Amino acid sequence: MSKEPVAVVGIGQTKHVAARKDVSIAGLVREAAQRALADAELTWADIDAVVIGKAPDFFEGVMMPELYLADALGAVGKPMLRVHTAGSVGGSTALVASNLVAGRVHGTVLTLAYEKQSESNAMWGLSLPIPFQQPLLAGAGGFFAPHVRAYMRRTGAPDGVGSLVAYKDRRNALKNPYAHLHEHDITLEKVQASPMLWDPIRYSETCPSSDGACAMVLTDRAGAARSPHPPAWMHGGAMRSEPTLFAGKDFVSPQAGKDCAADVYRQAGIADPRRDIDAVEMYVPFSWYEPMWLENLGFAAEGEGWKLTESGVTELDGDLPVNMSGGVLSTNPIGASGMIRFAEAALQVRGQAGEHQIDGARRVLGHAYGGGSQFFSMWLVGATPPTS
Amino acid sequence: MPAPRPQRDIAVVAFAQTDHLRTSDELSEVEMLMPVLHEVLDRTGLRTSDIGFTCSGSTDYLAGRAFSFTMALDGVGAWPPISESHVEMDGAWALYEAWTKLLTGEADTALVYAYGKSSPGSVRDVLTRQLDPYYVAPLWPDSIALAALQAQVLIDAGDTDEPALAAVAARSRASAAGNSHAQLRGSVPRGDYAVRPLRTGDCPPIGDGAAAVILAAGERARDLCKRPAWIRGIDHRIEAHGLGVRDLTDSPSARLAAERAGVFERPVDTAELHAPFSSQEVVLRKALRLDDSVDINPSGGPLAANPIMAAGLIRIGEAAARIHRGDSNRALAHATSGPCLQQNLVAVLEGDPR
Repeated sequence: MSKEPVAVVGIGQTKHVAARKDVSIAGLVREAAQRALADAELTWADIDAVVIGKAPDFFEGVMMPELYLADALGAVGKPMLRVHTAGSVGGSTALVASNLVAGRVHGTVLTLAYEKQSESNAMWGLSLPIPFQQPLLAGAGGFFAPHVRAYMRRTGAPDGVGSLVAYKDRRNALKNPYAHLHEHDITLEKVQASPMLWDPIRYSETCPSSDGACAMVLTDRAGAARSPHPPAWMHGGAMRSEPTLFAGKDFVSPQAGKDCAADVYRQAGIADPRRDIDAVEMYVPFSWYEPMWLENLGFAAEGEGWKLTESGVTELDGDLPVNMSGGVLSTNPIGASGMIRFAEAALQVRGQAGEHQIDGARRVLGHAYGGGSQFFSMWLVGATPPTS
Repeated sequence: MPAPRPQRDIAVVAFAQTDHLRTSDELSEVEMLMPVLHEVLDRTGLRTSDIGFTCSGSTDYLAGRAFSFTMALDGVGAWPPISESHVEMDGAWALYEAWTKLLTGEADTALVYAYGKSSPGSVRDVLTRQLDPYYVAPLWPDSIALAALQAQVLIDAGDTDEPALAAVAARSRASAAGNSHAQLRGSVPRGDYAVRPLRTGDCPPIGDGAAAVILAAGERARDLCKRPAWIRGIDHRIEAHGLGVRDLTDSPSARLAAERAGVFERPVDTAELHAPFSSQEVVLRKALRLDDSVDINPSGGPLAANPIMAAGLIRIGEAAARIHRGDSNRALAHATSGPCLQQNLVAVLEGDPR
């Protein structure tokens, strides 16, 4: 049976910052939603359903916040779904919304993800003690550092690759008005001299804590025909999960990530991702994850990802730009970070990415992952409608 | 206006649930869930690796820790990796997400599960954290107090009285006598006032439990189940959060969801309503136009067992099971979320004519 093609016709973000003390959670999400509606030149009345995502409720201390946010998101009288799949949630939320359109349940859907980290403390939100289970080592860096070390051992990557990624992403962020970190005086030396947090991850190679929201309007073929601006078309989307901890798990390159990418490429007719995909918005919360995911996503052979990074291929002017927006390393409202990757990919193929636009970006991948590298969600968007 | 008929026939083909208990201290969430997953798979002969899509519903606030659903996923046995998602909502909404996934044609079968353990904490206190975090939650109005407010509005409007509410509770628990999974069965005293006008007997038991359902599309459903429970329509709607802007004697969201799901096109013979408080059944009966010809909550409903996050999915499962057994031909299943029935989901299930 055939699916309805899905188009992105509206995108809105807040200016991501450490603390939005001027708005409530409701005010924050409404700001992003209104910008997405304005971009699509639609009103609240044009929206058939709302799909909302964010990371754990303990991050703000609000249980099932969709209940409280129904009014702010114009959802009264409409269906409203709340997705939660750990750090991949922003991507998963967009995919759940896309299914409503693809399955012809609704014509036009608003999807939104957010985190207002300043309302609480994410590190301790993740570190509630549970009897008979190992503590999560106070935050995510302690969990991921050993896997970065394993990658370095396995591939022989030189120590400096992580700093190159951070330096690149922070410079890219200077071209993105919505990015949280705008470090105008950034230099490679400053990244390399920043304190070591979880060896080999330095302070400047980690993501910030941000308040922010991202929204998209997804619609069907008829909706796309009415769009005032060029839509981004979804060519493929998939989610994959695997267990958190088990004997056969490859933490450096999880099978779920490989399978998820393969499914997206199959749907989109991508034979060679390195050749067929123009740019990538990748979920890189710690700098070393760029070379690691380059391999996991099939852009480089195993052990070769760091060479792409080192040779400048992933720079804004390289032939496979990665994280043109500045990425998670520059902006991390956790629950929204995945959706920002998806939305930035769509901005690129719509030609609307402003100063960080890649000329001629026709097919761009948005990628998100979560938990202990066991949840993945991805989509590939294109400038033209899918042919199949 | 009802929604257009879905383009693909999708059915509930199997259902399993735990015995619902006041406490399950000796079991982790995964241990509570595992037997249910095995049972629902056994009923169809499917294995985890045969399932096209998996979706679950739960909430971190019951578990008291972030990402609590990740441990449950380990219990599913997600290896090789599976296509999987999670809603921080009652499992009925996980079923809705799975239904939309099957409609896209990307999967032919889906496993849906939900679980909740209320026993480790004070569920009355926990649920206050659902409320507006700036203006209402700091006052800690608990779930029974809010339901009592709704019950008093109903009584003041002449829609019910205390003896009628007691009769709802008595009927539910009498029906539950035939349900070996139920927590409260048979003759349960009306009890003292919990919060006027609601007595303890008008309130659901607090308990731990889990449930799972398997969905299948088209011919696959007929292969897996003798009499599939076809989902003829399913829809859900939300209302404003602030109680002051809502008419608590009515449920416009339940009515609209029912209309969109096609409930009113033909009479139903059974309704499984997720009305945790006796007074809420009064509201739903009116909104869903259910008269005395309809068998309401033959399982005993949430007044007999209300494992939070699973109770809505259980309504769909119980309605489907009646169709599987041939006890119903057209059933309504309902799930709710939020204070005083803020959000409502309605599904219509039908069996093939016999």
